[in-house]
Amino acid sequence: MELSTAILLTIPLAPLVGCLLAGFFGKFIGRAGAHSVTILGLLVACGLSFYVLYQITAGGAPVYNHNLYTWFEIGKFSASVGFLIDRLTAMMMVVVTFVSLLVHVYTIGYMADDPGYQRFFSYISLFTFSMLMLVMSNNFMQLFFGWEAVGLVSYLLIGFWYKRPTAIFANLKAFLVNRVGDFGFLLGISAVLYFLGTLDYATAFAGADSLVGKTLTITQGVHWDAPTVICVLLFIGAMGKSAQVPLHVWLPDSMEGPTPISALIHAATMVTAGIFMVARMSPLYELSSSALSFIMIIGATGALFTGLIGIVQNDIKRVVAYSTLSQLGYMTVALGVSAYSGAVYHLMTHAFFKALLFLGAGSVIIAMHHEQDMRYMGGLRKYMPVTWITMWIGSLALCGVPFFSGFYSKDAIIEAVGESHRWGASYAYFCVMAGAFVTALYTFRQMYLTFHGKERFTVKAHHGHGHDAHHDDHHDDHGHHEPGVLEHAPTESPWVVTLPLVLLAIPSLLIGFLTVGPMLFGGWFGQAIHVDEANNVLGELAGEFHGALSMALHGFNPVGPFGLVLLAFAIQTYIYLFNPALAGRVKSALKPLWTVLDRKYWVDDIYFAVFARGGVKLGRLFWKAGDAAVIDGALVNGSAGLVQKIAAAMRRLQSGYLYHYAFAMILGLILLLGGFWLVGH
Amino acid sequence: MLTLSHYIVLGAVLFCISVAGLFINRKNVIVLLMAIELMLLAVNMNFVAFSRFLGDVSGQVFVFFILTVAAAESAIGLAILVLLFRNRSTINVAEIDSMKG
Amino acid sequence: MFNHLLSLLIWLPVVGAVPVLLAGSGRPSLARWLALAVAVLTFAVSLFLIPQYHLDGAVMQLGEDHLWIASLGVHYGLAVDGISVALILLTTFVSILVIVGAWEVIQDKPHQYMAAMLVLEGLMIGVFCATDALLFYVFFEAMLIPMFILIGIWGGPRRVYATIKFFIYTFLGSIFMLIGLIYLYQKAGTFNLHALAALPLSMTEQTWLFFAFLLAFAVKVPMVPVHTWLPDAHVEAPTGGSVVLAAVMLKIGGYGFLRFSLPITPDAAAHFAPLVIVLSLIAVVYIGYVALVQDDMKKLVAYSSVAHMGFVTLGIFIAFMLVRDAGNLDAAKLGMQGAMVQMISHGFVSGAMFSCIGVLYDRLHTRQIKDYGGVINVMPWFGFFYVLFAMANSGLPGTSGFVGEFMVVLASFSANPWIALFAAFTLIIGAAYTLWMVKRVLWGDITNPHVAEMKEINGRETFVLVAFAAAVLALGIWPQPLIHLMDNSVAQLVQQLAVHKI
Repeated sequence: MELSTAILLTIPLAPLVGCLLAGFFGKFIGRAGAHSVTILGLLVACGLSFYVLYQITAGGAPVYNHNLYTWFEIGKFSASVGFLIDRLTAMMMVVVTFVSLLVHVYTIGYMADDPGYQRFFSYISLFTFSMLMLVMSNNFMQLFFGWEAVGLVSYLLIGFWYKRPTAIFANLKAFLVNRVGDFGFLLGISAVLYFLGTLDYATAFAGADSLVGKTLTITQGVHWDAPTVICVLLFIGAMGKSAQVPLHVWLPDSMEGPTPISALIHAATMVTAGIFMVARMSPLYELSSSALSFIMIIGATGALFTGLIGIVQNDIKRVVAYSTLSQLGYMTVALGVSAYSGAVYHLMTHAFFKALLFLGAGSVIIAMHHEQDMRYMGGLRKYMPVTWITMWIGSLALCGVPFFSGFYSKDAIIEAVGESHRWGASYAYFCVMAGAFVTALYTFRQMYLTFHGKERFTVKAHHGHGHDAHHDDHHDDHGHHEPGVLEHAPTESPWVVTLPLVLLAIPSLLIGFLTVGPMLFGGWFGQAIHVDEANNVLGELAGEFHGALSMALHGFNPVGPFGLVLLAFAIQTYIYLFNPALAGRVKSALKPLWTVLDRKYWVDDIYFAVFARGGVKLGRLFWKAGDAAVIDGALVNGSAGLVQKIAAAMRRLQSGYLYHYAFAMILGLILLLGGFWLVGH
Repeated sequence: MLTLSHYIVLGAVLFCISVAGLFINRKNVIVLLMAIELMLLAVNMNFVAFSRFLGDVSGQVFVFFILTVAAAESAIGLAILVLLFRNRSTINVAEIDSMKG
Repeated sequence: MFNHLLSLLIWLPVVGAVPVLLAGSGRPSLARWLALAVAVLTFAVSLFLIPQYHLDGAVMQLGEDHLWIASLGVHYGLAVDGISVALILLTTFVSILVIVGAWEVIQDKPHQYMAAMLVLEGLMIGVFCATDALLFYVFFEAMLIPMFILIGIWGGPRRVYATIKFFIYTFLGSIFMLIGLIYLYQKAGTFNLHALAALPLSMTEQTWLFFAFLLAFAVKVPMVPVHTWLPDAHVEAPTGGSVVLAAVMLKIGGYGFLRFSLPITPDAAAHFAPLVIVLSLIAVVYIGYVALVQDDMKKLVAYSSVAHMGFVTLGIFIAFMLVRDAGNLDAAKLGMQGAMVQMISHGFVSGAMFSCIGVLYDRLHTRQIKDYGGVINVMPWFGFFYVLFAMANSGLPGTSGFVGEFMVVLASFSANPWIALFAAFTLIIGAAYTLWMVKRVLWGDITNPHVAEMKEINGRETFVLVAFAAAVLALGIWPQPLIHLMDNSVAQLVQQLAVHKI
């Protein structure tokens, strides 16, 4: 049965309507009204997304690819707004709307006391709309629209608490770093139009083979391979959006936003847009093994080195943020070895368990009265059991412990990298293996610091004032209270917070086991993802795949990623549960290394000094030297000044005495007559 | 016998005297006005002389015009002078330099 | 009425200014309402252009032609093509908003202010309609007078310097155009633009003429390095003056290129296209950096106007490279259309930005960025519009600011990837200067106690901003109607580019 346009149109528009209602009539409909309309919109979108997924997988619906309206049409070039719904899209739609729905529900609890309640719901619904437009697009123009629109919402949400200087610094940084990526992305789209003459996916992919052998003349005698140029340029866009090294710097700072959006935007959905995009463009990427090598190396570097930073973080959200960077690196590596389904599969499992981890961290933050520093936590497990258990599920999934969803996707990626013969694959293999160890290190450290060990906070004895008074305006600056001192004991969060945790814990636990067979090895994505026979590493692995159970059992092999996880587990358990003083000693013993990690390899500092400060300096130089000195100073006012100088000299003749003028007249007369006389002779 | 040249020389002499009056005079605006009148008279002298020499009366008619205009001009000039004196309490030429650039 | 639709459009506001003026300073509200009525009426009349202009018909339509100065063969010749129609609609639309925007803001001689605005509106429409070069020149120059007055009387503290700089800059440029026109008249015996386009000219002649026209229009656009009048003029101009200046007057420069440089001197223009392209790219990159460090909001937006207008000249002249070097007519059309869309879009976006700054200025009487901060705390609705227009200014898809730049970048990649590279740099630098300003003005905690007393926008201001927002979003979400309107005209212009006149 053909998918109906009305249904597909409803999916993005329902959140948009919710957004507009909550945004423009927020005062009128009130808090409950705002969350009701947006959640209703999301329910509609999510329900229909599941319906679309069902239709496209089991219902036998053909791939839907239609334009809604023409955006522009000039000569043979045109761009439209339209939808391409295949299995890849359907899966993304479900992930986006499902996580978004849960985040909406969670927000009711998390933002309960925030004055910007309605605005927040409006933003996250707008985000859902933009993200759906991005994934449902059937052309590059609309992709770019969604791409930038999610960037806009990310900007608004990171700066949601606009009074915090750090938040408004972070949102500007995020937007600008993303713009650096978009700069490449836009050029990539231009290259697609130039070489393929179209912005439509289907047409472009159908003509992709014509790219082979084409080159782009860079300068006299330098020609670059067309597919490589296109793919690398498009990937630069993905580097911005998916926070790949070296454009990763914005993601940790984006944690300034409220936790629900860290889960939704900066972990589960938006940051994976780049991964989705490359998978979507697989017919183009398959043409350029150099571009894929580039992607693989970038991804591998990110997977290991950003993970390392996670080990030294003390902010509970920042640990998860660096872990996101590292996991995005894994996805990118998978793209680089042509294991697109592996990347998208990891994207899906990661969306669930990382959203879970962020929301769990948010739950902890609520309980700790907006204290985010893990040094003042510890022993929380007895106060908040649901959060504790669900976060352990998320953490084990993140570490890739067999049977958990993360295991299937991550192990497949590691295996695929091992199988690959692409240039640089051995480096990538080292990175992803080491990365697995590092992941386990920071994950267990985080769990132990937060939930286990001694309580490192104290509860004030008196309960002088009520809950409301304390939470009054907490969005402002709740960092000012004394660290580690709580007004009252932490408690488990309300059900609107824990319900999403439980609902995310279920797929984090099970989805891998249930879907690994078809999605990863069964060619579930069908035509949506194209892999060349020669590059099909997942195809090779499929030969060794004998069901999810046996894969998990094989996963317990101690010589492999699981062994590294066990090792990390042993180390961290010893340090944090049995010998807490050791952590400090290790830290001081490895001081130089610790400094490198704590300063994040100085990348932020260098960028700030070179691009931000340097840009301002350059601007000032241009302005003062170029505009003010040369153009205005020398040319404009200079010529005016010259006229003035000449005039100043001339005015001396203008004595103001009548007899001087009379004399000049006579003199002139004589000269004139003399002239005539001379001419006459 | 007085010839045309005598009259022209007389006119030129009168003109030169008036020009000299304009230049050399640094004191009094009234002298300036008088010098201008003298200059006009020098012109009139030429007009009459040529009119007589060429036997054309229109030259002498012009003289009447000029005399009338000169009279009007000196009337206006004196009026300006009076105003000037009222405003600035001086008619010293050297002090009237508000046109100085 | 439809036979003289264009004349009506030109003279309605000019004549309508008379009763406004006669209302006198004693009855300011009468003057305001009269001015608004005239502006709305003009807008209503201009809407008739849409059904009256046949998209499939000849390119120049609704023509009028009367002999004006017989001894010189100057005609009062008017006609419009799709591009003119779009620009006229922009003019009449913006004029209403400017009059509404000035409502209570202008307390000093409001009748004269309104009258000057209306006269300006009529003259600008005249520029977009003229088919006779001398008539164009007359309108082009006459336009300076009301603007000169607007800045000179209702401007800021350095208004005299700014207005004289503005006048002399523009005048210097247009004098060269006049010389060029006189030369052409000597040669062709007519000022009719259509005839001049058909006139064969040698390369030397074309070169001289091209630079004469370039000087006139480059000042108007303005292009680097003759842009420095714009920041000064904007800073000193009253809000309405800035809006009209940015939204419409700058477009006349771009429009002049289409009407003069392209058809009359195609070979010279093609030969010197790289020069103009380089200047346009300098406008994007260099001016972007200059805009980054401005302390005055109006100056910042003025510089950003220069950068955005760089896309107009880039789009127009990239078409030469595409047609002549690559033979790629479709890409040339894409670039040219991009330039046209950018003109219209910049009209909305810059007009809106200046209106926003006007709103802030009316409350705090300063344009220094450092005096603000945390405005969103007291003016959330204003903040919504400000962010929207800032995003449009930084070229966010879904707003009009994106469409033109997107198309120009796409087209320039086909000509030369390096050009596209520098042009696309606007994505970064444009966002940097705009959003940094937003950060310092809108976000953050209130530090200046005066900011805490700022009042939310009132109904009148909301009307202006909503109108701009609607235009910005409509064009961003669905640009095809506008593109379709200009399609034939652009196609014909691109055809002309290929014609050699030597």
